[in-house]
Amino acid sequence: MSSIDYSERIPNNVNLSSNKTLQRALEHWQPAYLKWWQEMGPEGSTSMDVYLRTAISVDPKGWAHFDYVRMPDYRWGIFLAPPEAGRKVNFGAHKGEPAWQEVPGEYRSVLRRIIVTQGDTEPASVEQQRHLGLTCPSLYDLRNIFQVNVEEGRHLWAMVYLLHAYFGRDGREEGEALLERRSGDADNPRILTAFNERTPDWLSFFMFTFITDRDGKYQLAALAESGFDPLSRTCRFMLTEEAHHLFVGESGVARIIQRTCDVMAAHKTDDPAKLRGLGVIDLPTIQKYLNFHFSVTSDLYGSEISSNAASFYTQGLKGRFEETKIGDDHVLDSAEYPVMEVVGDRIAVKHAPALNALNERLRDDWIRDVQSGVDRWNRIPEKAGIPFRFTLPHKGFHRKIGVFGEHHVSPDGRVVSEAEWTHHARDWLPTSTDRQYVHSLMGRVTEPGKFANWIAPPARGINNQPVDFEYVRFN
Amino acid sequence: MDIELNDALQRIRFEHPEVKVVVLTSARERMFCSGANIYMLGLSSHAWKVNFCKFTNETRNSMEDSSRDGGLKFLAAVNGTMAGGGYELALACDEILMVDDRSSTVSLPEVPLLGVLPGTGGLTRVTDKRHVRRDLADVFCTMTEGVRADRARQWKLVDHVAKPQVFREAVQERAAALAAKSQRPGPGAATGVALAPLARTIDDGGYHYGHVDVAIDRKARTATITVGAPREPQPADLAGILAAGAAWWPLAMARELDDAILMLRANDLDIGTWILKTRGDADAVLAADAALLAYRDNWFVKEVLGMLRRTLARLDTSSRTLFALIDRGSAFAGSLLELALAADRSYMLLLPDDAEAPRVVLSEINFGPLPMVNHATRLATRFCGAAQPVEAARAVIGDRLDAAVAAELGLVTFTPDDLDWDDEVRIAVEERTSLSPDALTGMEANLRFPGAETMETRIFGRLSAWQNWIFIRPNAVGEQGALKVFGTGAKAKFNWDRI
Repeated sequence: MSSIDYSERIPNNVNLSSNKTLQRALEHWQPAYLKWWQEMGPEGSTSMDVYLRTAISVDPKGWAHFDYVRMPDYRWGIFLAPPEAGRKVNFGAHKGEPAWQEVPGEYRSVLRRIIVTQGDTEPASVEQQRHLGLTCPSLYDLRNIFQVNVEEGRHLWAMVYLLHAYFGRDGREEGEALLERRSGDADNPRILTAFNERTPDWLSFFMFTFITDRDGKYQLAALAESGFDPLSRTCRFMLTEEAHHLFVGESGVARIIQRTCDVMAAHKTDDPAKLRGLGVIDLPTIQKYLNFHFSVTSDLYGSEISSNAASFYTQGLKGRFEETKIGDDHVLDSAEYPVMEVVGDRIAVKHAPALNALNERLRDDWIRDVQSGVDRWNRIPEKAGIPFRFTLPHKGFHRKIGVFGEHHVSPDGRVVSEAEWTHHARDWLPTSTDRQYVHSLMGRVTEPGKFANWIAPPARGINNQPVDFEYVRFN
Repeated sequence: MDIELNDALQRIRFEHPEVKVVVLTSARERMFCSGANIYMLGLSSHAWKVNFCKFTNETRNSMEDSSRDGGLKFLAAVNGTMAGGGYELALACDEILMVDDRSSTVSLPEVPLLGVLPGTGGLTRVTDKRHVRRDLADVFCTMTEGVRADRARQWKLVDHVAKPQVFREAVQERAAALAAKSQRPGPGAATGVALAPLARTIDDGGYHYGHVDVAIDRKARTATITVGAPREPQPADLAGILAAGAAWWPLAMARELDDAILMLRANDLDIGTWILKTRGDADAVLAADAALLAYRDNWFVKEVLGMLRRTLARLDTSSRTLFALIDRGSAFAGSLLELALAADRSYMLLLPDDAEAPRVVLSEINFGPLPMVNHATRLATRFCGAAQPVEAARAVIGDRLDAAVAAELGLVTFTPDDLDWDDEVRIAVEERTSLSPDALTGMEANLRFPGAETMETRIFGRLSAWQNWIFIRPNAVGEQGALKVFGTGAKAKFNWDRI
């Protein structure tokens, strides 16, 4: 007999209360998930009441329900965007066929891999961020990181739902494995390298949510085009939540920049040493963090030329960003796409088959999006009359994967020698001194309306609440 | 010709218990047999050639199978020249007696004349059965002219030679000697069992028989072969069995299944996955098995067992994926359990604490009388020759094994429960049918026969695989390939690269 009142405990629009297969799968998985959350979720948070948004349905009223919640009791729901009548496979070899409502056996293995890889990133980021609550710069920020965490948790649920509902026993085993891997565990790591890196401080967290969660957005957007309709619908709903994570990241960094610019203006200095003495993060250090997170995340898109990406596309499983808005044949058997390569000591552009260059195309879409965010950041020093501007490093900078993996490329896009790289790396990437400095700023501010010295308050609060609202109650 | 030969052999086995020895000879003077119609082969599709060779191999194997089992003995009374497939037919006999008229020859000229291999076991039987020294075999297999009787005997290509004047007496003498080794009833000792034509219906949905049904899904490229347990009470004593004759369930079922396999193989090349199901009362199967074993010394029962053995062996060598579905209402017991054991995978529905849960049942028949062409049981083959799992299975003979126990014993592959069943099976079949048919044929043929080789497995494996490769190479079937130009007077042109 079921021990869970499904409709109450797990808000959903997938008829959970009448789906025995799913109920059975969740009966095993849900306790294991809660155990994982206790062990690997935000440290020391289980007794706090947090002002969180919970999705209780997919309609405009229901997807953002705000209330105080204790996180172990958060109602992680299962939501798919409403079905589109007559939806088709919109690209690849199956273009024009009705979208698949069940897993096509032919693509079982590939689909499972795509879903598991995506699913694995969700708990990974919760694990990476689990200590940050202890050094929050404000209650507002503490609430935001918890919101990100519970939604990453819900995204894990979303992927596990697909595994449980469509992949049988195999899917249940994969669902359990998602809870067993651990970010940064040498013996049992998360699948993707970037998700085994530490997120040691709040600047890293904001950069991660601004840059790496934006990779998540583009991966989800590409999967939202999938011919496997349940995956498409799941990802479409996840994208609405992902937008909030990007907001937390972009506004977080912007508030740090704001605070630094305020102090620079007040003290009429741009000397990093002085600014550090004043307890704020100097702009060149923020630029180095940007360089680091941008380059590490860029690797997540994989090699410029990829046979996997080509197959996923031809098989109708993973499309391009906004696939249906692109005005081409959606088959790509003769199209080309420019891809960089290193020839001798210079970087050239060649035309590769578009089908094999889909990783690169998605990376380019993402770069454009990151660039717009950086442009918005630059308005802050501009407004303050400070000449400093943030720039994105060259695509080839600090890469481990793809054509640049074997080369050193400077942020301005020159192929440089090992010696030059070694000489300048400290100017381009955060040094241990930089990291120690940023780490030294991390205290804990928990008084409503108060903010750590290195970050400005937000312009407005959450859900029209004031900035000094008690977003988290400690019990 | 080979379909008729197969039918003739079946009729001798069942309708003529008085026959102990079959003498294969030629109605023509000085020409025994020169094998297949090369022009037919030259025009045939690759698939047709491969299927043709498989079927002819099975027929020749069946002659040796009958002989090994104490049944029919075979004498090749070679009254003239034999070449290629003609010699291969003689090679399948227990003994070869060749006329020594100083002009008739024996040869395997496929390599030098046609640029292909002797396709029905010639190379294998020359070495494995007749123990011809390999250097002499090398010479023999590359000479178009062949060798005359004296050298043929010297090289062990034939057993006996006789001058034309005494040939008939020699045939009589050898036939009598072979007859002494046969356990068949002989003249006047038994009444034959007539093999009535099979009642078969063919429609768009597939092939339909009394106990066997083949439902073809052309879009999914699958055939569901459902074998039914006996519906009527079956005779429990010998008199009843003989009276039932061809209607006796084990024979009727085996003949239908055999026909279904051959129909699917010849006509439905793109139906790449056969889903094996059973229906009916497992106890009725077990009762029929018990009768088969109790009266197996009787000539008719022995032939029925042989028919069942060879039919299941056809399944093992079919180039189709075999998935067994052990679901509600199934009857995978004893001889029908062999279907699941022949499958590449089996799915058994897990229904804990449910009286309707499917069960599989082992019987004595799973432990010896129905070996594969590797001369081992499917159980022993399944466990790669390890004794312990076979003994564990033997210990539960007769028990109704549910999915959990069957999985524990290694008898089934997967045991989805009723919540998972439909999806797991659908996805598995869809995934399987999406894979390369060539790669699957090769993979299945390898995995089905682990461990030691027999002459038969070498014929179906090493010989057939090489032959099938040669059959698609331009040196054989290209515009100027040897098989293509044979008989036209043109000279074959080869690409000389060795691969």
